[in-house]
Amino acid sequence: MSRIKIPRKSTAIDMTAMCDVAFLLLTFFILTAKLRQEDPLQVDTPAATTKVLFPDIDVATLTVGKGKIFFGVEGTDVRQELLDAMGKKYNQTFTPDEKKKFSTIPSFGVPMAQLKQFINLREEDRKKFTQPGIPVDTTNTSELFNWIHEARVADATLRNKSLRIAIKGDSKQEYPEVKKVIDILQKQAINKFSLITSLKDSK
Amino acid sequence: MAELDTSGGGKKGGKIRSKKASTRIDLTAMVDLAFLLITFFIMATTLAKPKAMDTFWPDKTKKDVQLPVPESRTMTVLLGSNSSIEWYIGAPGKSAPTIDNFGKNGIRKTFIEKNKEIEASHAGPDNFMIVLVKASDKSTYKDFVSILDEINIAGIKSYGVVDILPVEVSLLKKDGHY
Repeated sequence: MSRIKIPRKSTAIDMTAMCDVAFLLLTFFILTAKLRQEDPLQVDTPAATTKVLFPDIDVATLTVGKGKIFFGVEGTDVRQELLDAMGKKYNQTFTPDEKKKFSTIPSFGVPMAQLKQFINLREEDRKKFTQPGIPVDTTNTSELFNWIHEARVADATLRNKSLRIAIKGDSKQEYPEVKKVIDILQKQAINKFSLITSLKDSK
Repeated sequence: MAELDTSGGGKKGGKIRSKKASTRIDLTAMVDLAFLLITFFIMATTLAKPKAMDTFWPDKTKKDVQLPVPESRTMTVLLGSNSSIEWYIGAPGKSAPTIDNFGKNGIRKTFIEKNKEIEASHAGPDNFMIVLVKASDKSTYKDFVSILDEINIAGIKSYGVVDILPVEVSLLKKDGHY
């Protein structure tokens, strides 16, 4: 009696497709991870135990560090509307191209007088540009006051939502500078805002 | 490596042929590595997401919302230079401030203990402790966030951030914390 020989199949699986997918995902994650860190003013946020996640939409961030204040708002449409409103306020006109460029800038710290020049820089040059921070004083007409106010108006008209304000301060930043920002917010009757922190375990 | 030779014995005799090397490369290790890196990047990006601490501040535009608060229920915390803390209960200058520090056995313990003491010595329903945070010009933003965090951890029901008085600055100066 001869046994029926079952042909032995190969146990090797074709890994090519899997490898393709894996590297595609890898590339995607590396790219997104890098894009998120494009902050012109590097700050080291203090640690706290709160676990509330910071939202991604309808939020304006005030970065405070090294004695400078930077401003940024989420959403490209809000940014365009904001630039338009600020241009009207300071008698400056921006071309649609400039508005488009401005809508790609996540956070900036230049006074209105330098803004046009800053927008027209190439992206690489923009990173090298030393931004002096947004001018701020205790009056109701300072540039930072207007930026925050116009951003709230722009967000309300476009999305019909109230803009959330977040302060991202550097750990080593002295308190008076932060207090200045808080005073400006309170002048606009913003009495609820977030402080951005990094996660820490409660000891 | 993982591939089994299933081609069978092969003919004996015949022409001597140079063995054709397989063009297939074993990709298992490469896939392993790729997925390891993917996992790393997923973890790293989600963990780096910032957290937000919501704060509520009194409305400065309204002047008539000030409630009278007994002195004995208020604890004032002063933030000085180099992460130093001083606190006292009651009006400034009456009792010498206690020097404290951040940490589990520092200000957090003080908050919890004093809160219990005040709740026990006052009649309800409004017998909770009120904490006033006064940050001096020499304190850092980090201390400010830390003290708010400690207040949250200790479960203080009512707190406020108030401008520091010159009397309190001199208290800090006396202890070398300004």
